[in-house]
Amino acid sequence: MMSARIGLGSATRRVAFAPVIGRNQTVLRTLIPKRGVQIQSLPPSASEEILNAQRLKRPSSPHFTIYQPQLTWLGSIANRVTGGALSALLYGFSLAYLVAPDTFDSAHIVEFVAGLPDYVKYTGKVILAAPFTFHFWNGLRHLSWDMGKFLSLKGAYRAGYAALGATAISTVALVLM
Amino acid sequence: MQVLAKTARASAPRFCMRSFASSAERCQATPIEKPVLNKEFKIYRWNPDEPANKPTLQSFTIDLNQTGPMILDALIKIKNEIDPTLTFRRSCREGICGSCAMNIDGQNTLACLCRIDRNPSKNSKIYPLPHMYIVKDLVPDLTLFYKQYKSIKPYLQNDNLPEQGEFLQSQEDRKKLDGMYECILCACCTTSCPSYWWNQDEYLGPATLMQAYRWIADSRDSYGAQRKEQLQNEMSMYRCHTIFNCARTCPKGLNPAEAIAKIKLELAAD
Repeated sequence: MMSARIGLGSATRRVAFAPVIGRNQTVLRTLIPKRGVQIQSLPPSASEEILNAQRLKRPSSPHFTIYQPQLTWLGSIANRVTGGALSALLYGFSLAYLVAPDTFDSAHIVEFVAGLPDYVKYTGKVILAAPFTFHFWNGLRHLSWDMGKFLSLKGAYRAGYAALGATAISTVALVLM
Repeated sequence: MQVLAKTARASAPRFCMRSFASSAERCQATPIEKPVLNKEFKIYRWNPDEPANKPTLQSFTIDLNQTGPMILDALIKIKNEIDPTLTFRRSCREGICGSCAMNIDGQNTLACLCRIDRNPSKNSKIYPLPHMYIVKDLVPDLTLFYKQYKSIKPYLQNDNLPEQGEFLQSQEDRKKLDGMYECILCACCTTSCPSYWWNQDEYLGPATLMQAYRWIADSRDSYGAQRKEQLQNEMSMYRCHTIFNCARTCPKGLNPAEAIAKIKLELAAD
């Protein structure tokens, strides 16, 4: 139907039933299927518009949700999170002391902590000590990179595992203090 | 009749030996039938002709014993035999063109250099390079990446041409370029960098920065000061936080993190 409208129908039929080519299977296969689509001719200048329309709708591919967990980037994000949390604690405490010096002075805090049960004390100590020590050791790792040390991939990984090990040991030491 | 046939056979061997398939078969070893080893591949799909449809993971199962050893072989097999609309870039199949860079099982690498994990119980997930605009399926839009590469003027700049012949360089100076000139710009490192994910509009990314240092370090180039000046701002290079995803993922085993750290050292010494 469509091909008849474009005027291809009679041509394909003629080719298909022509005595010599008609027996040639490859020619038959390429010619017989009739085109159901009509091509629209556009000037070359229209291509940019089409491309831009397509670009507007392009999705962004997934990133950290699909990326393999590796010491490299997880260590980096952990350094940031611990740094942020420690600063928030420092600034929070300092501001609280400024606002209400009587409630947040050392004597009150010592009294408050002394009244807590042991397991809360130890958990609290771990929660404070682990981020602090990790940020400390990983900070040293960063400083050594800035001095041009441990810049090979192997070096970076060794320094990373060393920082993790040192974090574990110093956390335990601080908690038992 | 028999005589005729005999003479025909006598003269036949020279021309028609190979056509007696049934007799040749008897003296050949029978091929060992390989067992079927089906493995599931989950591949990211998105079609620009139906932009309203969200990207999905499509599952394909193929027999690994009828497939080549690399992920690229699996992709080509799927495209040939199951779904011809599956779209991906590939060219050299030997890790020198950088076309088939994609995220395979969570790591950016070249599909042609990445062996298929032959454990049939685990599926393989294949995504395009992370945090890039997708043209179709596994094809990311690298326009910005190439623009950034162009912005560092990746060619020799020197106003003092040698009087005759070529620029000469000592072997030690030449050695400084090893580990940098081998970059094939596949964008694996750049798209593995979390800093680049969040700031790709301004941060140049590891591949481009390593090439920037490749020209800074080149003894034949005299525009080192201008090249460094271009990076002396908050965004272009200093968004690098020495995460090392780039060095970890590079399919050519190069170390962009180290090159960037060296630029930082040189800028600090300025």
